[in-house]
Amino acid sequence: MARKASTSLIPPLGEIRFTTWFMLIVLLIFALAPVLTEITGTPFYLSVATRLIILSIAAVSLNLVLGYGGMVSFGHAAFIGLGAYAVGIPFYYDITNGFLQFGLAIVVSALFALVTGAICLRTKGVYFIMITMAFGQMVYFTFLSLNEYGADDGLSIYKLSQFPGPIDFTNKVQLYYVCFASLIVSLFIVHRLVNSRFGMAIRGAKGNEERMRAIGFNTYAYRLTCYVISGAMCGFSGALLANFTNFLSPEMIDWTRSGELMFMVIFGGTGTLFGPFLGTAVFLGFYTFLAQFTTYWQLWLGVLILISVLFVKGGINGLIDKIEGVVRKRPVSAPAATPAEAKDE
Amino acid sequence: MSEPILQIEGLVKRFGGVLATDNVSFDVAPLETHAVIGPNGAGKTTLISQLSGALRSDAGVIRFKGEPISNLPPHQRSLRGLARSFQITSVFMEMTVLQNVALAVQAHRGHSYRFWRPAAGDAELEAPALECLREVSLHERRDVRAASLSHGEKRQLEIAMALATEPDLLLLDEPMAGMGREESERMINTLKDLKGEKTMLLVEHDMDAVFALADRITVLVYGRVIASGAPDEIRNDEAVRRAYLGDEGA
Ligand SMILES: Nc1ncnc2c1ncn2[C@@H]1O[C@H](COP(=O)(O)OP(=O)(O)OP(=O)(O)O)[C@@H](O)[C@H]1O
Ligand SMILES: [Mg+2]
Repeated sequence: MARKASTSLIPPLGEIRFTTWFMLIVLLIFALAPVLTEITGTPFYLSVATRLIILSIAAVSLNLVLGYGGMVSFGHAAFIGLGAYAVGIPFYYDITNGFLQFGLAIVVSALFALVTGAICLRTKGVYFIMITMAFGQMVYFTFLSLNEYGADDGLSIYKLSQFPGPIDFTNKVQLYYVCFASLIVSLFIVHRLVNSRFGMAIRGAKGNEERMRAIGFNTYAYRLTCYVISGAMCGFSGALLANFTNFLSPEMIDWTRSGELMFMVIFGGTGTLFGPFLGTAVFLGFYTFLAQFTTYWQLWLGVLILISVLFVKGGINGLIDKIEGVVRKRPVSAPAATPAEAKDE
Repeated sequence: MSEPILQIEGLVKRFGGVLATDNVSFDVAPLETHAVIGPNGAGKTTLISQLSGALRSDAGVIRFKGEPISNLPPHQRSLRGLARSFQITSVFMEMTVLQNVALAVQAHRGHSYRFWRPAAGDAELEAPALECLREVSLHERRDVRAASLSHGEKRQLEIAMALATEPDLLLLDEPMAGMGREESERMINTLKDLKGEKTMLLVEHDMDAVFALADRITVLVYGRVIASGAPDEIRNDEAVRRAYLGDEGA
């Protein structure tokens, strides 16, 4: 019974989870994506893959607060927008230094998270959802009214972020690899974070806040810190997105964008490391393929959400866990329970 | 008697029209086991929540180790050595038994803004946690998810988590709630082991347990203290018999 938690860095092969295997294979394929799309002559898919990876980083950041911290933020698109405009607005003034733009994206997003989080985190449940959404919309309407930067027409970016040395974002393959590396780093950061003392404090606050306070945790401060880290990471993804699309507009901040991001996280499997990536992949898959055949693709997406919520706890990640449970003939539980499960007393 | 570790003066809590805590005053001496008894709805849980900081008081002063703590949030009271357990089991269901207790240890090992090193396998957290699990005889279940524990085991875990904060005063809200005979006995033994080592404020309905454990007893009825004293005095107190013990048909 007392299965010792493996403390060595690389567990024995038999202990590696199916989700981990699955993701290793998927990531390997993605690492070769530029080559594969080159051979098959389908550069369009490289652009799909780039978008998928950028949005995954945003989803990973949302998962940190939503999945691990139990903070259902409905305004995360605002951070994408802030990150994107942190590239766009300096560009407008001929400032295209990449370090400066990306640094600005991270700092502005973190500050915005700090200020709004300090207010939002005083509320709970539905109120938190509503107020994060309200702040998101505030950012949306702010950029909508900034005529100088294109207002609702948006802003085209003719010169991408400049980095010294060989990095050149106009080269699609290079941009792809920068995004890919960023995703890997984000995943690694979140992995370390959620398993650290800080991560335990965050996960405890999700599971049972009253108990956390009773044993001596200032849950508010830890949550706020988590929110700031998440916001900064999401802002970073926005800066990548601006470089990918060469264009930004307030539309990328609208609350429906935040909703889509939530869908990706929940459908992939909240509180799991790879869930956000998987969820984003499914979402973009629907968007890319189904939209070609039917204008009602969002309807089918809705059906999919219903099925996943009703029948597969823990999203795609949960599904893979289930398969593993059948194959290995022992129950495999997700590391973090879904919000519904957490209240089983 | 030495200086009391806990002094409660004129504590009041109102829920709308209900006076749940009505001008309650009493002291708890160091290392004593002080039982608070009273019928359902007497305001015992409310009192515990006011002491732990989960509820704000409408009036009154709480002094802990000589200092007023009435305005401190729960986590700061915990850091000063006040621990509570919950009448309705309140643990981290999706974590293992060991993780539950290690988290309580972690709260008292400096800040948790440590972002990189894994908490699992950290001896600074797990060694004291195991020690606490041993005290409640739950160490063999260390890797089981809390949700899969039996009710009695969850109650033991409650105690272990409170102990893990190395408290000077334990506020125990009906530790025997919902337990069968055997489980109750196990809990009574756990508390007997703690008696004399830890100061305890024990809310309990089980009269056998109360008279077996308590050095002093305070009786609450409708939020008011109607008697306070040694077990023998309480047993023979006319008002208590009428208001409370008599009700049990004893
Ligand atoms: N959050 C609340 N809001 C409104 N009324 C409350 C609240 N909590 C408790 N009360 C009321 O305060 C009174 C005291 O309740 P409390 O739970 O403290 O009693 P108790 O002595 O712990 O009872 P029990 O033995 O059943 O646990 C009751 O009348 C209860 O209905
Ligand atoms: Mg009660």
